[in-house]
Amino acid sequence: MKEIPNIQARQVQDDLRINYGPNKKFITICAGTGCRAYGSLKVKEALEAEIKKQNMNVEVLATGCFGFCEKGPMVVVHPHKYFYHQVKVEDVPEIVSKTVANGEVISRLLYRHPDTKKTLFREEDLPFYKKQLRVVFGSNGMIDPTRIEDYLAIDGYQALGKALSEMTPEGVISEVKKAGLRGRGGGGFPTGVKWEGVRRAHGEPKYVIANGDEGDPGAYMDRSLMEGNPHSVVEGMIIGAYAVGAQDGYIYVRNEYPLAVMHLTMAIAAAREAGILGKNILGTDFSFDIHIKKGAGAFVCGESSALFASIEGRAGEPRAKYVHAVEKGLWDKPTVLNNVETWANVPLIINRGADWYASIGTEKSKGTKIFSLVGKIKNTGLIEVPMGTTLYEIIYDMGGGITNDRKFKAVQTGGPSGGCIPESLLDLPVDFDKLREVGSMMGSGGMIVMDDRSCMVDVARYFLAFLQEESCGKCVPCREGIRRMSDILEDICAGKGKEGDIDLLENMSQAIIDGSLCALGGSAPNPVLSTIKYFRDEYDAHIKDHRCPAGVCKALITYSIDPEKCTGCGLCIKVCPTQATSGEKKKPHTIDNDKCIRCGACIESCKFDAINVE
Amino acid sequence: MTKASDIVVKTKQIVKKHGGDKSSLIAVLQDIQEAFNYLPKQALTTAAKTMNMPLSRVYEAATFYTAFSLKPRGENVVRICKGTACHVRGASALQDKFERTLGIKPGEMTHDGKFSLETVNCVGACALGPIVVINTEYHGQMTMNKVDKLIGKINEEGAQR
Repeated sequence: MKEIPNIQARQVQDDLRINYGPNKKFITICAGTGCRAYGSLKVKEALEAEIKKQNMNVEVLATGCFGFCEKGPMVVVHPHKYFYHQVKVEDVPEIVSKTVANGEVISRLLYRHPDTKKTLFREEDLPFYKKQLRVVFGSNGMIDPTRIEDYLAIDGYQALGKALSEMTPEGVISEVKKAGLRGRGGGGFPTGVKWEGVRRAHGEPKYVIANGDEGDPGAYMDRSLMEGNPHSVVEGMIIGAYAVGAQDGYIYVRNEYPLAVMHLTMAIAAAREAGILGKNILGTDFSFDIHIKKGAGAFVCGESSALFASIEGRAGEPRAKYVHAVEKGLWDKPTVLNNVETWANVPLIINRGADWYASIGTEKSKGTKIFSLVGKIKNTGLIEVPMGTTLYEIIYDMGGGITNDRKFKAVQTGGPSGGCIPESLLDLPVDFDKLREVGSMMGSGGMIVMDDRSCMVDVARYFLAFLQEESCGKCVPCREGIRRMSDILEDICAGKGKEGDIDLLENMSQAIIDGSLCALGGSAPNPVLSTIKYFRDEYDAHIKDHRCPAGVCKALITYSIDPEKCTGCGLCIKVCPTQATSGEKKKPHTIDNDKCIRCGACIESCKFDAINVE
Repeated sequence: MTKASDIVVKTKQIVKKHGGDKSSLIAVLQDIQEAFNYLPKQALTTAAKTMNMPLSRVYEAATFYTAFSLKPRGENVVRICKGTACHVRGASALQDKFERTLGIKPGEMTHDGKFSLETVNCVGACALGPIVVINTEYHGQMTMNKVDKLIGKINEEGAQR
């Protein structure tokens, strides 16, 4: 094998080390989809304009997602690394003249510890970040994802260089196996074993694919990786292709992620230009290229065989699983399909070694996992923690607890194939196997936190309605079974539940699990089974007492106004679409329950918490 | 309304751009939708002919994927996120409110052609839930009370594309 002539890359790397060195002034601003929605690009423009106006030479880097989406837009001023949150355009002149010019901190923009009220200067001081281990996701906030130079500056493509020059394909596979990396898309299948299967499989050509069809509602870590650090995914794929002997690869990205598509496209073009992708990679005789395929809004396409069908240009219908993708995948050729986050873990394993990787996590789940912490939680965002971190640590230490300090009810993990985990299991260490033991699963890492105002029957109904819509319709148990279960749950939520409905749901669940063609159907009953297991009393309340304890199911609740709290301000009268609220000014108002459609507009508008739901 | 002959010409260009291979069908349909805001019948028949595949194959893909619309869509497309995080933060109530304000159900277009209402399973901006995407702009932490104002503003000033 020839020596790798990546001197040019090394030169760029050294230049950048100087540019972003420990004493260099520069600013990073989060430009992930979340912060963009908060207006971070406007803040970036304002920063650049102000820097120019004040005749300074300081670079502003629009980086990928920082993770702490609750407090966006976030700005970090280097070299002091002051971490400013919820920055507005109006704050910009002060940031430039004080912090950038003189290193003076603006304490109003610093994060305050919610309990001690102490101001915290740096990212790593925040309780949200403190217990995290951000080995995969941490680079996001340090680089401009549209520039390959930035990735090179953080030792990007070093792992590829190492693999190509020092390791055999079999050596790469055994390293990944030794590291104990398991698929981050939800299956948790050992990645090295999958690669070995494809390497040994007969049939040419072979393919590698990154699954970026992040369909689980409530999960967005893959999006943030593709947007914020696309080269890490590309590098992982090239290493994987080298290991299994593939010349072509695909990244399948959701239609809903336009920024991810853009950044991946740029990354692939830049890597080709640099000789890292395409013919004779880094001067070796190994050639490999990557193409992007956009999905078109079908949840089932996250399933392997449906994804292959979609790449082939057909409707995304799965096929029976006695034919393995490892033998016959895309175009019936041996195929490695791994999730985006799995690929991003590969360069780390090669760079830092399997032993280091395997030292993180639990006995059977190694490394870290990125979770999206969303729903009724104070610190919404993306966190990366070692496998085995408990739910309590995630929700309370990092997440800061429940919004408005209400009572925790459940955390939903694993997307529509997962389940709801109750308070009694908060000490559960999170890994692939422990989550399965309690009737849920890892999925791609969504954690939706629910409080006492979330109805568990409604949540089950929601997921079944989702799955019914997303079922491809090919096999009967899934197509018809989920629809019937969904109907029963609709009835229960509408107050038309019958004695025996719970048994019927459980029986049907078993039939659907046993009879479905793919994992969509096979795991569809999970949200129902787990809510029945842990929250049966709520089902009983709906069916027997025609009552929704959480106050969610419209047919089972009534609104009333608490005369003690109502000040007679008239806001609820103004917003009511059906004129159900009435009353004189400054006197307690009332609600006419015949007119009320329980839309919630009055609750949202009332500043005195005077609307009761029963 | 685009002329039928224009649709044919444009569709042929799109097919050519993607190399005409059958595996590019979904990308072709995406580009057609981007060009016309929906999938006109004329475009589908042209694509089938040019790509040398039965029209049923094209329709199969066009109807399977939720991102495609066989009906013209409004000038502004309002997409309500129905992801789990948005759901527990009140996306259903928000959807009801949009339905009342616009007078249409998801999948429909207002009479004046100004708005279409759609739902989407998750836009992956869960921290901002409940979230509504109008064309390309994300409106996070939406409340029912903001809806009328927002629609009114778009009616007067238009919206970001």
